[in-house]
Amino acid sequence: MNSTFDLDRAPKRRLKSWLTGHLQSLFSSLGLLFRSPGAALLTSAVIGVALALPTGFLLLLNNAERLGRGWEGNTEISVFLRMEVGDGEAARLAREIALRRDVDRVRVVSRAAALEEYKQRSGFTDVIAAFGDRNPLPTVLLVEPPRGIEALANVAGLVASLRAMPEVDLVLYDLKWLRRFEGIVGTLRRGTMILASLLALGVILIVGNTIRLTIDGRREEILIAKLCGATDAFIRRPFLYSGLWHGMVGGLIAAILVGVGFELLRGPVAHLAELYHSEFALTTQGSSTILRLVMIGGALGLGGAWAAVARHLRIEETA
Amino acid sequence: MIRFHGVSKRYASGHEALCDVSFRVPAGEMVFLTGHSGAGKSTLLRLITAIERSTRGQVIVGGLNLSRLPRRRVPAFRRHLGVVFQNHRLLMSRTVRDNVALPLVIGGYGHGEIGRRVRAALDAVGLRGKGDAYPVTLSGGEQQRVGIARAVVHRPSVVLSDEPTGNLDPELSDEIMHLFERFHQVGVTIVIASHDIALIERMSYPVLRLVQGALTEVPAACAVQAGGAS
Repeated sequence: MNSTFDLDRAPKRRLKSWLTGHLQSLFSSLGLLFRSPGAALLTSAVIGVALALPTGFLLLLNNAERLGRGWEGNTEISVFLRMEVGDGEAARLAREIALRRDVDRVRVVSRAAALEEYKQRSGFTDVIAAFGDRNPLPTVLLVEPPRGIEALANVAGLVASLRAMPEVDLVLYDLKWLRRFEGIVGTLRRGTMILASLLALGVILIVGNTIRLTIDGRREEILIAKLCGATDAFIRRPFLYSGLWHGMVGGLIAAILVGVGFELLRGPVAHLAELYHSEFALTTQGSSTILRLVMIGGALGLGGAWAAVARHLRIEETA
Repeated sequence: MIRFHGVSKRYASGHEALCDVSFRVPAGEMVFLTGHSGAGKSTLLRLITAIERSTRGQVIVGGLNLSRLPRRRVPAFRRHLGVVFQNHRLLMSRTVRDNVALPLVIGGYGHGEIGRRVRAALDAVGLRGKGDAYPVTLSGGEQQRVGIARAVVHRPSVVLSDEPTGNLDPELSDEIMHLFERFHQVGVTIVIASHDIALIERMSYPVLRLVQGALTEVPAACAVQAGGAS
């Protein structure tokens, strides 16, 4: 018998044992979860709720922003020309404005076209008829500034110069409410991010605590394994896997909770949208959200397990 | 195989568990380690398994100087050892087969290899067919034999045993000792710590006697000659 110990494994064997080790930990950690599915599911459910809250909020905010952006598309500046300005002059003015750098497009709504439009809207027919043959409506230029936040900042200057034109009677432009709306959404988003960070920390602590309890329960096993020559990595592995599973299942539960919540909101939102003549519908961004939740859950679970393992696996054989 | 050169171990509490201990265990030898409880038997075994490190002197096992062995190499070193505990320390929630397989799983053996070796080890300790049983359903002697199967399943060069017959009656103790003899006969180096003088005297193997941390009896086979090989 060889009296000198060889501590190095052949590289091929090392890779193979690394692989079998991982597979073995993977299945044993799954087996452990299935042996006490109640407790495992409880932990995952807590993670699920913790992840569902900020996810739900963020998705609602995304929807709100989408709603805002929908209106932003209609951020035309309505330029009402004086009554004495004729169609030809209006067209010339439109071309002139369209040449400006801070203008994307100009549409002319002639007096006749405006009248026609009003006639088609129910409720106005009587009002129009009261004017008899006289068309009370002015020519309107619909000026469309370029999209984007920078362009929005320049709009005030554009509005001022439009107002200064002698042919112009009135300029209607109100993006204040949109700005405020964006401000509110931005604030809520920041708040949600803070909430999400806190809850993520919570998830790490929950998983960490669960893994700590598991480690305590398997103390003897760890000691014996160490005496049999188990490396720290070998001992760590099943706990890391189990943290990963807890987190991933938690993410899946969160996805289900968010999905159910949005399904419950869909009806009322559709009704509300209908009242505003809008096509708006809630979206959860489907599978990408599920995937992201599972991945975030898995990462947090792994993080929690790592924290617990780093702190509590320093059990020495000196027990 | 095992060499101690002027080894002392003082714990942080100030208690000196071993004092200037020198001996060697040649490869393939079977040696008893005896003395009252607290004489330093366990400490000596803990030094050999690299659980503890000596305060002074050198512990050389399998050609490796354990006082200079980096921490990360300790697991690989331990895979060359087999350890049998007094209270066998089996995992009660696992089957006998899973218990015995542990060193092989740690060693990264393949599934088929593990099955073959576990069967062979259970055969060797006379527990054929008990692989699916849980340790609680076995008698004390059988549990200890599972512990021995676990210690030899990965064919270690050295088997260490701390009071392997501590809780067993004389008849079962003899049975366990005969098992160790069988492994000794195939060339495994064996060190058994025991305070069961009667048992040790029934068998004719070198005995290292510890009294208050010092060796009072070193048989010729275990004496350290200047420059002698292990």
